[in-house]
Amino acid sequence: MLKTQELTLNMGPQHPSTHGVFRCVLNLDGEYITKVVNHTGYLHRGLEKLAEARTYTQFIPYNGRLDYCSGMMNELAYVMTVEKLMGITEEIPERAQYLRVIMSELQRIASHTIYVASFSLDIAGFTGFMYAFRDRDRALDLIEAASGQRMMPNYMRIGGVAADVDENWFSQLQKLLDDMPASLDEYDGLITGNEIFQARVKNVGIVTREMALDIGFSGPNLRASGVDHDLRRDEPYGIYDRFKFDVPLGEQGDTFDRFVVRIKEMRQSVNIIKQAIKDIPEGPIMAKVPKVIKPPVGEAFHCIENSKGHLGFHIVSDGSTKPYRTRIYSPCFVSLGFFPIVAKGQHLMDAVVTLASIDIVLGEVDR
Amino acid sequence: MDIFIKIAGALQDWLMNGMGLSVTASELIATAVWALVAILFILVNLIILVWMERKLGAFFQMRRGPNRLGPAGFLQFPVDIVKVLGKEDIIPAAADKPIYKIASICAFVTTICAFAVIPFAKGMVLEDLNIGIFYFIAIGSTATLSLLMAGISSNNKYSFIGGMRTVAQMISYEIPMAFSLLGVVMMAGSLRLTDIVEAQQNMWFVIPQAIAFIIYFVATIAETNRGPFDLAEGEQELVAGYFTEYSGIRWAIFFIAEYGNLVAVASIATIMFLGGWNAPFGLTFLPPFLWFMIKVYCMIFMFMWVRWTFPRIRIDHLMHFGWKFLIPVSIANIMVTGIGIYVYRMITN
Amino acid sequence: MDKIVDREALVGELNQKLGNCAEIFEDNTNQSIKVKPEKIVGVMKELRDNPKYDFKALMNLSSVDYPENFTVVYHLNSISYYHKLTVKVELDKAKPEVQSITSVWTAANVQEREAYDLMGIIFTGHPNLKRILLADDWVGHPLRKDFKLQA
Repeated sequence: MLKTQELTLNMGPQHPSTHGVFRCVLNLDGEYITKVVNHTGYLHRGLEKLAEARTYTQFIPYNGRLDYCSGMMNELAYVMTVEKLMGITEEIPERAQYLRVIMSELQRIASHTIYVASFSLDIAGFTGFMYAFRDRDRALDLIEAASGQRMMPNYMRIGGVAADVDENWFSQLQKLLDDMPASLDEYDGLITGNEIFQARVKNVGIVTREMALDIGFSGPNLRASGVDHDLRRDEPYGIYDRFKFDVPLGEQGDTFDRFVVRIKEMRQSVNIIKQAIKDIPEGPIMAKVPKVIKPPVGEAFHCIENSKGHLGFHIVSDGSTKPYRTRIYSPCFVSLGFFPIVAKGQHLMDAVVTLASIDIVLGEVDR
Repeated sequence: MDIFIKIAGALQDWLMNGMGLSVTASELIATAVWALVAILFILVNLIILVWMERKLGAFFQMRRGPNRLGPAGFLQFPVDIVKVLGKEDIIPAAADKPIYKIASICAFVTTICAFAVIPFAKGMVLEDLNIGIFYFIAIGSTATLSLLMAGISSNNKYSFIGGMRTVAQMISYEIPMAFSLLGVVMMAGSLRLTDIVEAQQNMWFVIPQAIAFIIYFVATIAETNRGPFDLAEGEQELVAGYFTEYSGIRWAIFFIAEYGNLVAVASIATIMFLGGWNAPFGLTFLPPFLWFMIKVYCMIFMFMWVRWTFPRIRIDHLMHFGWKFLIPVSIANIMVTGIGIYVYRMITN
Repeated sequence: MDKIVDREALVGELNQKLGNCAEIFEDNTNQSIKVKPEKIVGVMKELRDNPKYDFKALMNLSSVDYPENFTVVYHLNSISYYHKLTVKVELDKAKPEVQSITSVWTAANVQEREAYDLMGIIFTGHPNLKRILLADDWVGHPLRKDFKLQA
């Protein structure tokens, strides 16, 4: 009998496929994983503590640094929580509401294309990566044109949005929307339909419906497991109740479903933006809010459908200009807890795919 | 255009008569010169291949690729070589130093050795062995060893896993590769590469041996560790596989060996299946050597196309594909070929 | 706005089933109940499994350092009724200890570790209560108000 021994492999914090500075220690039996221990915190900047030392307005730009792939939506979640705390949710001007929806969905497209890109790269399909980045850059160009920054837009404001957009911007957006379905078909042809891809991702990293709820999946990951829940439709925030869109669902919750759900979601985002630019009214983009924001004593929790899942802010106010406590509920941080459970017993190559499939962004995991 | 042969002949002639050396000595020197030419050939090809890989990759991905140095970025790679030469040669403290140092050289040597039997045109071959293809397969097998040496001596877990994967993969895929070539050998009735090329004057073996050609194509992608079978490097999980720890010129030698292998297997594909230096459709206005190179580059283009299109396959799928599909099919191909030859002889006699 | 559970009925039912454990907590959100720290696991199990409430998912686990106490705030969300509930647990300043609800929702695992790491709340019964974001040798709990900021 040969004597065998388990190998402890330290994956990360510098590793091509941990999507940043995530580190996990794997025990390997051959190439099969027997145990996973997650180590997070390499990118911890203490945003929750920082928030306590900033005024409500000053904290808006920090949200772009949370999940740096979907800055618009992070800001939206934050400002909506503050608005809820101040009780001015109903006073946001119509045009600002529409702009928020357009920007959110544009950002969702940008974020999901990054997911497609990095997922494709994690199974070594470098060409898929470049295809997805082509479209992501077009979405980011639009965000840049509107806000001045590609990834950290600082566009949302308490009571509205920072800047208006013009006709030219809308025509550019329309062009992107017209091209997007064809691009998504291209992804389907190049990546989703690929035989090797399907062999790699189907039946890998299965998360059942019950398990998904238990381990705190949200957003696309939850829907891939077959749970029909989308905050935009079920508990519409902002003006999402005015738009018609489908909520794509997965069947068995494997990595393939998580991938396909996101591609389908991009189609729905295109759909939502199309409806929004048809209806968007002229008008002001900022509500009348005081120069110095002083919410009443109390607390508020608000959750929105981020590209990664439910992004929630729990803000406690003591009546001063600075929040008493800001808690950021990060979907990536919680979903990452699934990795040690699911990766156990997997092949090393499958574990990489499984980790990629939940779309973690370490800026949000570590905060 | 057998100018190379004339030069070689003249060189040997001059060494023997002009310098007054013995036959053995002059042959030795001529062989050394030829080996040097082979290395130069690999390096020249390397420059073209790296440029081609980058430009093709860029083309498949809608990028521009290198475009700053030289025409269309052609001088990018020479500049890269200078950069690589200037890099520090890092040897990990815990590495098995002699083996670590020798591994990259071993990889390169096996690659050069493979070129010894490849006929680029009629007579343009260093050693026209009567067991040429056998020699090629044998030399190809030893390449596995150098990668394993690199993987284990680095004392790095990623390298170790990469090295083990290499062995499993390359040994598994050598079998279908050898079997696929066997059908051609049976049809040509010789193991000598020049004979095999001569036998294809009327019809390339790719037509009767189409299945073998496809098996050979797939198996050689695995043999040369290129995508989608680049599991030994497996960037996404193994960082860079067996050469994770290598840097500078030692890394570059692995790199050169890899591209050298690519040229070698493409050359063998050309010789065995695509008629070697024979011009297609009687288009003999180009010299045989050029025809040979055109075919080689067509093969390499195919390799690159596959690499830049497909994602990486999983290792157990790879093994299943090799053992449960390629090997049975290649054995069946040999049997069918044998029966076909038997029937053909019965009819013709 | 948010759909809110009928708190009076809920508190009554909880008190009836699990003994005196819950009361209505008045704050600006009007969706909070206060639960005794030692009863939290039972309450959470009831809220999860009772088909009338059906809180299948833990939405958020937050902790606040009030001057008078530590408060652990659980935000619950039902994916079938879409109603919301905030469960609050007030803990002693000197000895902030509460039962871990990891057995109810695995999602609580990392969030409790985070609350321990940053706020210093001890979750009894947690399988692996170690620091998650900060280094293992870090001293103090930065989100507490008495944590001294230094550059």
